[in-house]
Amino acid sequence: MNIVVLVKQVPDTWSERKLTDADHTLDRESADAVLDEINERAVEEALQLQEAHGGEVTVIAMGPDRATDAIRKALSMGADKAIHVSDEALHGSDVLATAKVLAKAIGTVENVDLVIAGNEATDGRAGAVPAILAELLGLPQVTQLRKVTVEGTTIKGERETDEGVAFLEASLPAVVSVTEKINEPRYPSFKGIMAAKKKPVSTVTVADLGIDASEVGLSGAYTQVLEAAPKPPRSAGQRVEDGGDGGSKIAEFLVGQKLI
Amino acid sequence: MQDPLQLLDIPSLLSDEERDIQATVAAFLTDNVRPRVGRWFEEGTLPRELAQELGKLGVLGMHLEGYGCAGTSALAYGLACLELEAVDSGIRSFVSVQGSLSMYSIWKYGSEEQKQEWLPRLAAGEAIGCFGLTEPDFGSNPSGMRTRAVRDGSDWVLDGTKMWITNGGLADVATVWARTEEGIRGFLVPRGTPGFSTRNIEHKLSMRASVTSELVLEAVRLPESAQLPLATSLRAPLSCLNEARFGIVFGAVGAARDSLQAALDYSGTRIQFDKPIAAFQLTQRKLASMAVQVNNAMLLALHLAKLKEAGTLKPEQISAGKYNNVEAAIAIARESRTILGANGISLEYSPLRHANNLESVLTYEGTSDIHLLSIGHALTGIASFR
Repeated sequence: MNIVVLVKQVPDTWSERKLTDADHTLDRESADAVLDEINERAVEEALQLQEAHGGEVTVIAMGPDRATDAIRKALSMGADKAIHVSDEALHGSDVLATAKVLAKAIGTVENVDLVIAGNEATDGRAGAVPAILAELLGLPQVTQLRKVTVEGTTIKGERETDEGVAFLEASLPAVVSVTEKINEPRYPSFKGIMAAKKKPVSTVTVADLGIDASEVGLSGAYTQVLEAAPKPPRSAGQRVEDGGDGGSKIAEFLVGQKLI
Repeated sequence: MQDPLQLLDIPSLLSDEERDIQATVAAFLTDNVRPRVGRWFEEGTLPRELAQELGKLGVLGMHLEGYGCAGTSALAYGLACLELEAVDSGIRSFVSVQGSLSMYSIWKYGSEEQKQEWLPRLAAGEAIGCFGLTEPDFGSNPSGMRTRAVRDGSDWVLDGTKMWITNGGLADVATVWARTEEGIRGFLVPRGTPGFSTRNIEHKLSMRASVTSELVLEAVRLPESAQLPLATSLRAPLSCLNEARFGIVFGAVGAARDSLQAALDYSGTRIQFDKPIAAFQLTQRKLASMAVQVNNAMLLALHLAKLKEAGTLKPEQISAGKYNNVEAAIAIARESRTILGANGISLEYSPLRHANNLESVLTYEGTSDIHLLSIGHALTGIASFR
């Protein structure tokens, strides 16, 4: 069973994340870059499926040069090889262009049975790429899963929503996205870390993938960020005096916030 | 600046692989050990399960080749020690004794059968090892040891007492050094061997998240196969100690870094006279001076790692590193504690816990005095203590 895992390098959620003044794209210098945690879970799920069903795990990342750090992390966890799509022209790509590039990159991997992605990245938070990708690849999409099992050529998954748990099923090949409940990712082993640098990583450009540079990047984007402002500082909370009805006032507040 | 070692851009001296190993150890400890270590320190315990958790991480005997060990560089091992001791010297001591004393003594001086029997289990943390050299009356001068091994037919019979043995009460196998008619020899003594018992040392004021014990050997009968065949003199246990001291050179930097980080964080948020105390010149002087010292200590450790990897590291160079870095670390831990004011004596903050632990590190594996005499010997050619 050959699995492709999509990984993304994102600014560390612990650091202050900013957009650049020039073109409102992510300011990559302002924060430490890490492999997105949801992708660690995606890699973990792929490795568990590989342990059960065999095959090869390929990591695909689209990002600037330093995304090699995120790729190396996935390889040191145990993935077999990687494709790094790196091209100046990709700067500012939207979800449609990103999915288009990833679809082409997945096309270069032979006999893919399953594509696993995180449900959404912690930086962009669009959460749309897995679905768009499935559409472009013409594959069934089984997204937002907290549990995945493969039986023969069938993939089954559980999607947890506010309304309840949906049980989904599709035939392979398919595109899957996973939520943070899917698993606890492993720590890379020291042997894995030492082996990672010997694993094959092919770096490709958009031209290598047969995509015209004008279709991607800021100029090819369907959406545009016109302005960005920092989140206002947290205001003082609302104070409730308990005149014997404190409980119901708290309940009213929670209902008003749609929390209960 | 979050990490004081950024002052001299120390990470730029490391390879990707070394940084990844350090980051993995740090992440594991942050998730699994740091939240629990204060309680262990207070209760004076170290849970046995920790061995398996550390074994799964791969840190036990990580710098050894084969037998389930990862075979990393010496520097990677040093960086792991740094992160371990940044949490607590007791945790680093556990790993030092398991990897550098117990496992290394078997790996370097053991028979193939001994290696096969013990190393994979010790690497996985399924078994715990200890190392008995020091005795109640022989610390700096191990050559005077009284523990004896006498041949009886094809067996050996051991009698004696070992003291201040880290992991002693937890250990499934003890590497015990004894005097024989042919000289100093090493023996592997499994727990449960008749006549072999351990007693944990209680009421410690330092290194509380660590098990320290006395080993008692009363007519302990061992087969010939229990002897470490390649250890033929006191040089053998001393070479093991040099392995462990190398880890301490890095570990001390970790305790110092963590203390300074606590002081930096605290001084930035503690308001007195309407400003953070980090804004006071006297506090800044302390912080700056400590940052320079911790970076210097790290540069020294990195240099020794280079020498070790080149195979040229000399005992007096390890002495220089152990002496300098432990003295620097204890001074930094104490100074950091002063920045925390009254809060500095609470278990909630690490500097005083580090300072107390470092009191043990200061005198174990060679006291500062003995290391200075080793350096003095190298400088003058005169051995002052023989």
